[in-house]
Amino acid sequence: MPAFVLSRILQALPVMLAVAFIAFTLFTFVGDPIATMLGQEFSVAQRDALVAALGLDQPVPVQFLRFIGNALRGEFGLSYRLSRPVSALIAERAPATLELAFCASVVALVVGLPAGVYTGLYPRSIVSRAFLTFSLVGVSLPTFLIGSLLILVFSVWLGWLPSFGRGDTVQLGWWSTGFLTASGLKALILPSITLGLFQLTLILRLVRSEMLEVMRSDYVKFARARGLRDSAIHFGHALRNTLVPVITIVGLQLGSIIAFSIVTETVFQWPGMGLLFIQSVSSADIPVMAAYLLLISAVFVTINLVVDLLYYAVDPRLRAGGGH
Amino acid sequence: MAAPLLEVRDLVVEFPGRRGTLRALDKVSFDIAPGEVLGMVGESGAGKSMTGAAIIGLLEPPGRIAGGSISLAGQRIDNLSAREIRRIRGKRIGAIFQDPLTTLNPLYTVGDQLMETMRTHLDIDAAEARRRAIGWLEAVGIPAAADRIQAYPHQFSGGMRQRVVIALALCAEPELVVADEPTTALDVSVQAQVIALLKRLTREKGTSVMLITHDMGVIAETADRVAVMYAGRVAEIGPVRSVVKAAAHPYSAGLMASIPPLSHRVDRLPQIDGAMPRLTAIPQGCAYNPRCPHVFDRCKLERPELLPAVETRAACWLFDSHAPRERAHA
Amino acid sequence: MGAIARAWSRSWDSDIAYAFRHSPTAVISAMVALVCIVGAVAAPVLAPYNPFDLASLDLMDAFNPPAFMEEGSMAHPIGTDDQGRDVLSAIMYGARMSLFVGVSATAFALLLGVLLGLLAGYAGGTVDAVLMRIADVQLTFPNILIALLVDGVARAALPRDLHDQIAVYVVIFAIGISDWPRFARTVRGSAMVERNKEYVLAARVIGIGPARIMLTHVLPNVLGPLLVLATLNLGLAIISEATLSFLGVGLPQTQPSLGTLIRIGNDFLFSGEWWITVFPGVALIAMVLSVNLLGDWLRDALNPRLR
Repeated sequence: MPAFVLSRILQALPVMLAVAFIAFTLFTFVGDPIATMLGQEFSVAQRDALVAALGLDQPVPVQFLRFIGNALRGEFGLSYRLSRPVSALIAERAPATLELAFCASVVALVVGLPAGVYTGLYPRSIVSRAFLTFSLVGVSLPTFLIGSLLILVFSVWLGWLPSFGRGDTVQLGWWSTGFLTASGLKALILPSITLGLFQLTLILRLVRSEMLEVMRSDYVKFARARGLRDSAIHFGHALRNTLVPVITIVGLQLGSIIAFSIVTETVFQWPGMGLLFIQSVSSADIPVMAAYLLLISAVFVTINLVVDLLYYAVDPRLRAGGGH
Repeated sequence: MAAPLLEVRDLVVEFPGRRGTLRALDKVSFDIAPGEVLGMVGESGAGKSMTGAAIIGLLEPPGRIAGGSISLAGQRIDNLSAREIRRIRGKRIGAIFQDPLTTLNPLYTVGDQLMETMRTHLDIDAAEARRRAIGWLEAVGIPAAADRIQAYPHQFSGGMRQRVVIALALCAEPELVVADEPTTALDVSVQAQVIALLKRLTREKGTSVMLITHDMGVIAETADRVAVMYAGRVAEIGPVRSVVKAAAHPYSAGLMASIPPLSHRVDRLPQIDGAMPRLTAIPQGCAYNPRCPHVFDRCKLERPELLPAVETRAACWLFDSHAPRERAHA
Repeated sequence: MGAIARAWSRSWDSDIAYAFRHSPTAVISAMVALVCIVGAVAAPVLAPYNPFDLASLDLMDAFNPPAFMEEGSMAHPIGTDDQGRDVLSAIMYGARMSLFVGVSATAFALLLGVLLGLLAGYAGGTVDAVLMRIADVQLTFPNILIALLVDGVARAALPRDLHDQIAVYVVIFAIGISDWPRFARTVRGSAMVERNKEYVLAARVIGIGPARIMLTHVLPNVLGPLLVLATLNLGLAIISEATLSFLGVGLPQTQPSLGTLIRIGNDFLFSGEWWITVFPGVALIAMVLSVNLLGDWLRDALNPRLR
């Protein structure tokens, strides 16, 4: 077992390095940090000083190592646009995105999983067909459109829910949370639904197709031939076998929720990392882009690793390593 | 004679489809006595597995029973509600399928699957279920049963897995076991052991067995009586020795003759010309008439019932007592 | 070439045509898709106005509501936006851009994916390992992110005017680059299966080049799944482009797509001119939904297990 874990970690490292290299290339070669930071007019002396300070006169491999060293310490330089340390910016925005991602995941799982199981077990019922149509529409609707339409209905026409911002937040150490205020919770509703909808439909369709596949399998047929109760078959045999591949894909999807938050945050002007990233793309703010890239990659790679380990823990065929 | 355990009368199984309705079983009738092993042989697509599936009540939709009846110990079981059928399955009728690797759930230990089955049908607690599960593993010949009860299916060899399947089929103590090609997926060296095990256990408990297979060797070893299926109908049914040595129906005769004998040399194996008709194109009258060497006019018009023929019963007009005709018997 | 044509006709056997005629969703979505495509492609001919001809715009026409509301008129059946542009015409032109980008990006991804997939599958060994590793890594990231990254880099690397001029192609490239792995994997799988078959070995012995082998034998076998993938990808590509434009980093204002229109309209949600966002949105949904339905139906129709 430790060998398995070790090999997975070792496989993740080159990926991270490759991403770091891309981020570094961006950081160093694209755009002109000097001009951006110093403005239009600057003296040679100012330029030399800045070059030395940023280490831009060093050979490239050395710069790369410096970059990695800095990155590991959370030091990403200054934002071109805002002239503030990138790490501080990200730390400020992270809680907003993470809370949103969490709520969206909850929405997606709490609705998507049971709905998927139901439509898998009873594919011909009217409720199932309704769910399926709904899921098809959900996949075809781009996230931003869902957001706009929700705003139109619930903010403009009905006036029930806010359409931008996080509401009032409470500061707990360096984490600002919106869970503890009424306005904070209300502000979370529309964005969470928007962000979670795509994942919801994905989970629903995935669980459904896995369930259908499993219910057709030989061991389910044998279980029925042995006269086991429906509940035992559905939840014991079918569900457990369905969940194994579903866990992997859901886990991987959780990573993309964080990425898709870019769109949702833009629609709702949610002050999170996604909005920060978009603003940095529009204004060619390389340090922020590079830092976001590194961070997101780290998150994805970690999620992949965790999912791999989970798979290993759940499927005995991988564990025992034996068999004929 | 004791009352039969299983009575199948004029069973019809149909598959409504896009291009018309397909009849997979057309008025199949036979009995199984208590403690008897009835073999079901025939080519692929003749309807043997379909009959087994219909008896357990596991026909794949859109297949359905469209006529006839199936009775277990005098009680009809083909028209029961889903709940009632579920109670019969496992408890009164057990099933063994072909591929033990896909039949066992890979995520559950062998012991769990045994205990689950027993606790569903028998009124015993967890500890007793565990004891019995170990007992069953020992009965089917799995060494170190007390340890192996925690093992997963993939940790067993093919033959061992099928023994586990046999244990699972028998652990709720059914009156009848439907075994669908139980040895086909196994190594030849293991087949004999598994079949011997099945025979011994069912004989001990007095369980009837419906043994579906295309392997005549297995039938000859294990079965008391055998039914030969052809194109969704029973061609002949009778004691094993009689069918093998002196088959009455021309198809059965051809089948038995095409098995290479060990006792003497043959230069050419006899073969039956043509092929079994597809279920969408069954000829009128006797389904075998296009290929039969003894065919005459009536065969092409009327479908024969099972008629008494020397030691067996055969669905062939050659044995109709009302229209005697000299048989050119090869 | 005859082999390709024969293989093509083989994979379109009459069962598919039969299933198509008998599936209402397939027929309806095909019709909707057709309407969208015709309306989009022929926009310059069919649209009542040219909303991007600045000379024809009249600010007095701004904010006209759709015809079914009071103050609306049939001159602008679904209203006008803040600059007096007719929304219906804007939608048609916008759909044209959306479709153009979507189809081009899908075609690009398809070509790149097929090329690399064939290469990886046929060559095997290190080439295969490297290419597939790249594909795997890329697949772990959502393609929006990759598209955004490519666009951001282009934006940073190119001077502003040049970027605006070639923005369309940058977007096509960005979306296409983010989508190639899926095509590549499918084709690679097929290529590997075929590569080991005896007739391929025989052909190689005779001296037939690998390119010809790939074209005549591997491609026809994988056409079915590729078609399904391409159709489903088209929907996704259109959504990707719309998303990029909505976020402000896609097509410029001078060549708006449906996404750009929705973004423009978003600003007016609160002041009550909802039609500027909603109708382009509806058009987008119609296009993507019909393409997705077609793709779904195609996948079920070509899946032998479900028949």
